[in-house]
Amino acid sequence: MQQLLFAIATMAAGVLACAAYFFGTNWVLDKLFPSKGLTGPVTSRNLRITNAVRPWLFLGPALFSLTIYLIYPVIESVWLSLHDKSGENFVGLGNFIWMFNDGEFRQSIYNNFLWLLVVPAAATFFGLVIAALTDRIWWGNIAKTLIFMPMAISFVGASVIWKFIYDYRAEGTEQIGLLNAIVVAFGGTPEAWVTLPFWNNFFLMVILIWIQTGFAMVILSAALRGIPEETVEAAVIDGANGFQIFFKIMIPQIWGTIAVVWTTITILVLKVFDIVLAMTNGQWQSQVLANLMFDWMFRGGGDFGRGAAIAVVIMLLVIPIMIWNIRNAAKEMESH
Amino acid sequence: MAGLQLKNIRKSYGAVDVIHGIDLDIRQGEFVVFVGPSGCGKSTLLRMIAGLEEISGGEMYIAGRQVNDVPPSQRGIAMVFQSYALYPHMTVYDNMAFGMRIAKESKEEIDRRVRAAADILQLTAYLDRLPKALSGGQRQRVAIGRAICRDPKVFLFDEPLSNLDAALRVATRIEIAKLNESMPDTTMVYVTHDQVEAMTLADRIVVLSAGHIEQVGPPLELYERPANLFVARFIGSPAMNIIPATIAGAGTETTVELTGGRRTVLDIATPASENGKTASFGVRPEDLGIAAGDDFLFEGTVSIVEALGEVTLLYIDGLVANEPIIAKIPGILKVRRGEKVRLTADRAKLHLFDANGKSYRL
Repeated sequence: MQQLLFAIATMAAGVLACAAYFFGTNWVLDKLFPSKGLTGPVTSRNLRITNAVRPWLFLGPALFSLTIYLIYPVIESVWLSLHDKSGENFVGLGNFIWMFNDGEFRQSIYNNFLWLLVVPAAATFFGLVIAALTDRIWWGNIAKTLIFMPMAISFVGASVIWKFIYDYRAEGTEQIGLLNAIVVAFGGTPEAWVTLPFWNNFFLMVILIWIQTGFAMVILSAALRGIPEETVEAAVIDGANGFQIFFKIMIPQIWGTIAVVWTTITILVLKVFDIVLAMTNGQWQSQVLANLMFDWMFRGGGDFGRGAAIAVVIMLLVIPIMIWNIRNAAKEMESH
Repeated sequence: MAGLQLKNIRKSYGAVDVIHGIDLDIRQGEFVVFVGPSGCGKSTLLRMIAGLEEISGGEMYIAGRQVNDVPPSQRGIAMVFQSYALYPHMTVYDNMAFGMRIAKESKEEIDRRVRAAADILQLTAYLDRLPKALSGGQRQRVAIGRAICRDPKVFLFDEPLSNLDAALRVATRIEIAKLNESMPDTTMVYVTHDQVEAMTLADRIVVLSAGHIEQVGPPLELYERPANLFVARFIGSPAMNIIPATIAGAGTETTVELTGGRRTVLDIATPASENGKTASFGVRPEDLGIAAGDDFLFEGTVSIVEALGEVTLLYIDGLVANEPIIAKIPGILKVRRGEKVRLTADRAKLHLFDANGKSYRL
């Protein structure tokens, strides 16, 4: 209860402080360079100055926090990645050389690559198919709501849910995990799914696909509705069947949106962390880059140099996709 | 062989009827225009012919074959949409070839037909472009080209000119007229709300209102002898002046007393039973002229003068409340606001409708 009150008070104070900042700085600016009751040239000079200063005043807090929380950490990470465990002695590219010779790092790169291949493709594909199908049925909106719901669950929460689905009990005892219960019901032997090397990656990916399909579906559903109905009717008259209309008329028209959805999920996948941490913590060869970074940075005494080096690699992988994604999104905006 | 036949065609959405039994025979090669106010069902009717809307009742035949349950692509029709409906991701060539590729025509045949259509429509230079790199007029020509490539028995146009600017509209209208001449065996059905398009393009006009046919006929017949008040008001611009009247003397020619008390004689026969009944007297603005002497139809005060150079429009108050009489008089006229004018018209060009709005001249 006390925590709740404290949270509410913090929020109120934050909003008030923001309002006070904007109002206060603006008031000071107007006092310093008044624009009323003065001669023409002075007024216009003061107005020019206040107009030049005001945007910087208002942008100030945002720029300040961006610098503190984004730009400074990037520089600090790069700096740390060139130093040793304690962050004090310069080691040059030592951490990177260690990294590329490290088996677990290569395992993580390989796993991340698998994630990258499967998750964006699967989530976009399911999102597209569901968006197209739910448009035609009366309970489509109910279905969409249900499929969108996992988006509202945190990754850790989702992992807990799926932990129960993959749960394993010794053979012969009652299986409380859904997957094993089904396998046993069909006469199979139960497995500890998340401990199967290689395949466990895919069991973890299912969780992220389950979450991200809703996102892809919502965006693609809007895009599908934006397709002019007449182009579909023209294709009907041209003799195209349902599949031809979908693949030759509708998909090409929303190609830009598909690319944006795909890359957005790709970026998310490169940073995947919570699911792996909660499900396996990288054991049984399911390690990924973000979890590996976390391991080196904060576990077993912590090695700031190696952790930062892995973080820099993740950043370098994300940046090109990010740029492409932003360009694509901007292009989409233009064409509408 | 009949081009297109509609027999008691009906359309309803649930309990709401939007098309109430339309009978229409369109000859092969005929150019028929559907006109009517918004919501009269003209586009719905066209889409039913295309097969994009289901037919709720009645029978439809294209080239003698019943097509009620035939899918659009097999009806032998092609349609040009108001919004062009080009496939934005395909070049002009691919847009025109799409239907033939779906139908698995040979490459040579596709190429021959696309190039022939492009040639007719002067699109050859643009075949490799995407629709977004074309002007509105060019896009509409591509849409027409795509329809030509289908080699249809019936060509359907759904307000094809309404997205074009005024100058382009005239030019494209003339192109459609030429296209019609160059395809004498192809039946064309054209929907518009623009009566200039209807008058200039049509062999026959079908005037629709609230889901039924008001009148079918050649453009000038509709203009000269509208079957009822609706058609009289709809065809012609400005619309026909309608003045409430009473039949004072029925016979081979009819004497009517207009609101305001003046009497006039029309060359229209009415049965004696009509004596004393109320009627609507109609005269087109362009048939009115300034009366020289005492022989005039009616008198009123000029409230607005619109001088357009070639014609002068006079809005005359004082006869029908809240509805000025409009006179369209050739040339430039020295008449000012507030002046009283007397107007007259040729007896042969007057119209008379009964209390239900039906024309006496039939």
